Amino acid sequence: MSVLVNASSKIICQGITGSQGTFHTEQCIEYGTQIVGGVTPGRGGQEHLGVPVFNSVKEAKESIEFEVSMIFVPPKFAADAIIAAIEVEVGLIVCITEGIPVQDMIEIKSSLKSSSSVLLGPNCPGIITPDESKIGIMPGFIHQKGSIGIISRSGTLTYEAVHQTTKHGLGQSTCIGIGGDPIKGLNFIDCLELFESDIETQGIVLVGEIGGSDEEKAAEYIKEHVTKPVVAYIAGVSAPPGKRMGHAGAIVTGKEGTADSKYEALRAAGVHTVESPALIGEKMKSVLS
Amino acid sequence: MNLHEYQSKELFLNAGIPILKGAVALSSIKAKTVAEQLGGDVWVIKAQVHAGGRGKAGGVKITNNIDEVESIASSMLGSNLITKQTDLNGLPVDCVYVECGTEIRSEFYLSLLVDRAKESWTFIASSEGGVDIEAVADETPNKILKYTVNPIDGLNEAELSHMATELGFVNETVIEFIDITTKLFLLAKQTDANLIEINPLIIDSTDHLIALDSKITIDSNALFRQEVLMHYKDPNQENALEAKATENDLSYVSLDGDIACMVNGAGLAMATMDLIKLHGGEPANFLDVGGGATTERVKIAFEIIMENPNVKGILINIFGGIVRCDVIASGIIEALKESQIDFPIVVRLEGTNVDLAKAMLAEAGSKIISADDLTDAAIKIVESVKESL
Repeated sequence: MSVLVNASSKIICQGITGSQGTFHTEQCIEYGTQIVGGVTPGRGGQEHLGVPVFNSVKEAKESIEFEVSMIFVPPKFAADAIIAAIEVEVGLIVCITEGIPVQDMIEIKSSLKSSSSVLLGPNCPGIITPDESKIGIMPGFIHQKGSIGIISRSGTLTYEAVHQTTKHGLGQSTCIGIGGDPIKGLNFIDCLELFESDIETQGIVLVGEIGGSDEEKAAEYIKEHVTKPVVAYIAGVSAPPGKRMGHAGAIVTGKEGTADSKYEALRAAGVHTVESPALIGEKMKSVLS
Repeated sequence: MNLHEYQSKELFLNAGIPILKGAVALSSIKAKTVAEQLGGDVWVIKAQVHAGGRGKAGGVKITNNIDEVESIASSMLGSNLITKQTDLNGLPVDCVYVECGTEIRSEFYLSLLVDRAKESWTFIASSEGGVDIEAVADETPNKILKYTVNPIDGLNEAELSHMATELGFVNETVIEFIDITTKLFLLAKQTDANLIEINPLIIDSTDHLIALDSKITIDSNALFRQEVLMHYKDPNQENALEAKATENDLSYVSLDGDIACMVNGAGLAMATMDLIKLHGGEPANFLDVGGGATTERVKIAFEIIMENPNVKGILINIFGGIVRCDVIASGIIEALKESQIDFPIVVRLEGTNVDLAKAMLAEAGSKIISADDLTDAAIKIVESVKESL
């Protein structure tokens, strides 16, 4: 078991012929991901990386079967690419692209309300179920099949959590990078719900960062609904207020969004918090034993 | 991207949102000429900086003596204005906005912002205008009114009308309030504004609503389709190193400490700062060289770090995922060749070809201290900086 994706997931890549799309799709194929096609407007009918290319997601949907779309389209066109995938109700849309205007995300979130599609990202590393399916830009080799579900707003911090849980012999059931944008698809709560009901997952790692109040909301949810142990780290204790720390969503505005407030809420919910990202794996190991 | 008040008011004027007559001036003589052209008998001179709290910091002055317009402008121009929203150096005043004065009957607060929690636009209004709105929200939260727009249905006039009534508006001012809020909403959509704030929105002596101040922030992600606004960009209001980093697609934020860091990924970059602090040091910056850190980017990152005179040590923390560690190592080695660095550099690499990378760094010179993991790296840099002092 795992969440959202597994060995039988069939995936297309929107933006497959671009340099990023090509490089990462190749890496995914190498990992064993079932990439079954790609989309690049104007390149329909061609073959790229051994799979057929279509002019649109709609055209792809008419010819081949797939449940997931991985998007590597430049920010200018990424919102349209997501909307195109929503229109044909692609089950899971994974948008890697960073830099989508926030107003476009407001529109996308509205469209998602009346659709069966689920969006992951944008501005995220993607999702991986070790040894089964890697959809995104994460380095496959650091992962190991196992029992920890990882949810993170940051790419490289996800890799840290993965690396440590691998080192401690715990491995991962599925790792979900929800992305660093202020308005995004899947959030902590959605992923917590998935991991709570996944038999394989025994513990959950939550990696948050400053900005917004998603971690506080996750804490409330954990208190009420999550029985599995949760280990959490929040990045940005030392970040000054009012400054955007790289990610569009990583900013403390007024009194909202501080790491302290997030830690406090998580601790109150019984979450095992660590103040150093180096201790995530160790903490989980000790909590589970 | 932040806009100056005078730029925001240009947009207000075009959008039909009522403002007072005014114009920008780059010199004190021009300020006086502007005042003469505006006419009237009272003028307000406002320092143009990208920060709030100008009034209390002496950046907004009123006079009814036209000769004083020149002397006030002269004292502001060329100086740095320090407000509670700036750092200790303040921000340079390169221009002033000269505006006609007006009688104020009452002051309100009005803003429209992208609300991340509601995933839509929210109007915020208060009958407590002209003051720090966060203080109002803290002390008297009942005086803060909010209306979140349904993104599918768009603006609801009944909600705006209700908000106006709650603020105490009657008759014509209700209609004016609905008109202003509707225009604000259109303006926000057209310009990809994350925030438009009017503080204060006033009722003047003739019972009309006027936007006395204005602040607009444009979504940086949307600048590719807001080319007409690009000439509003004012690099003088930005930290020079931060501006240089942005030009090179790096993400950099200056901090007060002495340990510089260079990291790939925003989350890990923040975590690295946290670790330095946790182990008793003070970070000098946030710096994300990006997921695809290349030799060239590492070199530019070094340049930026080295321009900060407070730096006494560097921690390089790279989780080489798809990027190979040996590529990063060669970037570090090349950058070091070109610069005269005489303080400790701790490098923590993880990922593909890490052993090769470590060997390369060891061979390259003694200035580089290799670390095995995150904690080890933080402890080593904090200790070696302390030792070197």
